[in-house]
Amino acid sequence: MKGKMKILAGTETLQTDPNFSAEVREKSGQPIELCYQCQKCATGCPVSHHMDYHPNQILRMISFGLKDRVLTSSAIWLCSACETCGVRCPNGIRISEVMDALRVMATENNLSRAKHTESFHRIFLQEVRARGRVHEATLMAKYKLKSGQLFTDLDLGLQMFKKGKLPLIPRGIKNKKEVRDIFTRSEISREGGK
Amino acid sequence: MKLSYYPGCSLESTAKEYDLSSRSVCAALDLELLELEDWSCCGSTSAHNLNHALASALPARNIALAQKNGVDVTVPCAACFARLRKADYVMRNDEAARKEIEETVGFKYQDNIKIMSLVEAVVGKIGLQAIASKVVKPLEGLKVVCYYGCLMVRPPEVQGFDRVENPTMLDDLTETLGAQALKWSYKTECCGASLSLTNTNVVEEIVSRIINAAREAGAEAIVTSCPMCQSNLEMRQEKGENQMPCFYFTELMGLALGLDEAKGWFRKHLVDPGRVVNL
Ligand code: SF4
Ligand code: SF4
Repeated sequence: MKGKMKILAGTETLQTDPNFSAEVREKSGQPIELCYQCQKCATGCPVSHHMDYHPNQILRMISFGLKDRVLTSSAIWLCSACETCGVRCPNGIRISEVMDALRVMATENNLSRAKHTESFHRIFLQEVRARGRVHEATLMAKYKLKSGQLFTDLDLGLQMFKKGKLPLIPRGIKNKKEVRDIFTRSEISREGGK
Repeated sequence: MKLSYYPGCSLESTAKEYDLSSRSVCAALDLELLELEDWSCCGSTSAHNLNHALASALPARNIALAQKNGVDVTVPCAACFARLRKADYVMRNDEAARKEIEETVGFKYQDNIKIMSLVEAVVGKIGLQAIASKVVKPLEGLKVVCYYGCLMVRPPEVQGFDRVENPTMLDDLTETLGAQALKWSYKTECCGASLSLTNTNVVEEIVSRIINAAREAGAEAIVTSCPMCQSNLEMRQEKGENQMPCFYFTELMGLALGLDEAKGWFRKHLVDPGRVVNL
């Protein structure tokens, strides 16, 4: 599969959503209709060869309205938001903004296949909400527990602990309520888009 | 000279040596750092992946704190720097978004302070000449490559840092310290740090490409200003005798300025730096 363009139709009939491309354009603020498939984005992308669809293919699928395929793709979660593609795109399309919008849409529609990645981000934000800062030792332990990978990276964790990099007592900020209020208010304003 | 200082969560933990070295070096160069009182997390990649409103509001709370201090703020961590710059950029250029952020955070954006990375603060506010005059132990013979990563340089209209495909600020600084900054083409390549826990195999491959490129260029070590890159490059490279250490630029400054406490910072590295630097 890797490295080859996929033929999307063939004998299969694909569900399309005619509003999808307008929705992505609005949520990302990017002129995705300008993409002419030069593939410069995919060429410089550090992870494109691990993606199920290359960045330019994602763009084309958006124009086709292939909402489910796009939102369930692994590509949108492998994008590291490095912005290499955005700086180089001859049409000024910031694909990482597009990927951002797609990740939020995938999460909202409960379509994300990258449950581990999503759960990591959720745990991270729970930490911030609870304490105002992230405590890396707690974060790693919680993530490893939740994703069932308790023993991977254990040696690294131990090494860091020995080097005094993972203090065991989480420190929080004084004004935790202020941060909690920011969370509550941004969850409300989230309904209103970006 | 005074600047506000936003360390960020990594500098309290995995990047402890970056915090220690930043504070020592700035003190030695008479740049006073005022830590933002009760600063909070910038939300990092997680807020930006799950909730856009939060991705601006969390950094904005810290911008509000910096406004109160009334002096420009310096951010050593490239990831925090990117999040703060982005929120600032949005508030400056998008009125509707600014109002929403102001309401969420409960402050008024005044656009009266500049957010700068620590590299820019050191090079811009102190100056290479002033630094050169304080070098007592030039890092002669040390061959390095400078690694800027993504977050310092992209997107250029937001970060406003040096040239986007071939930045040179860290190279100039490193050479001022007496080391040799070699040419290579991976200065701004992404190291995949944000995928380090969730897609480890992908990241190991990216890291090995970068380390190999550094070796090919003839480097003994990598110099960076990003805690994500630093820990990722040391943590995810192939194990073995021949590992390549990755230093914060402030650690090398501390060595060249002859600061006694520098030894302690280097001990915190996962890759043994002993083969490369004389402690
Ligand atoms: S670089 Fe821009 S125009 Fe070219 S394929 Fe990618 S998104 Fe489309
Ligand atoms: S921003 Fe995402 S899609 Fe673009 S080059 Fe980086 S990883 Fe690839």
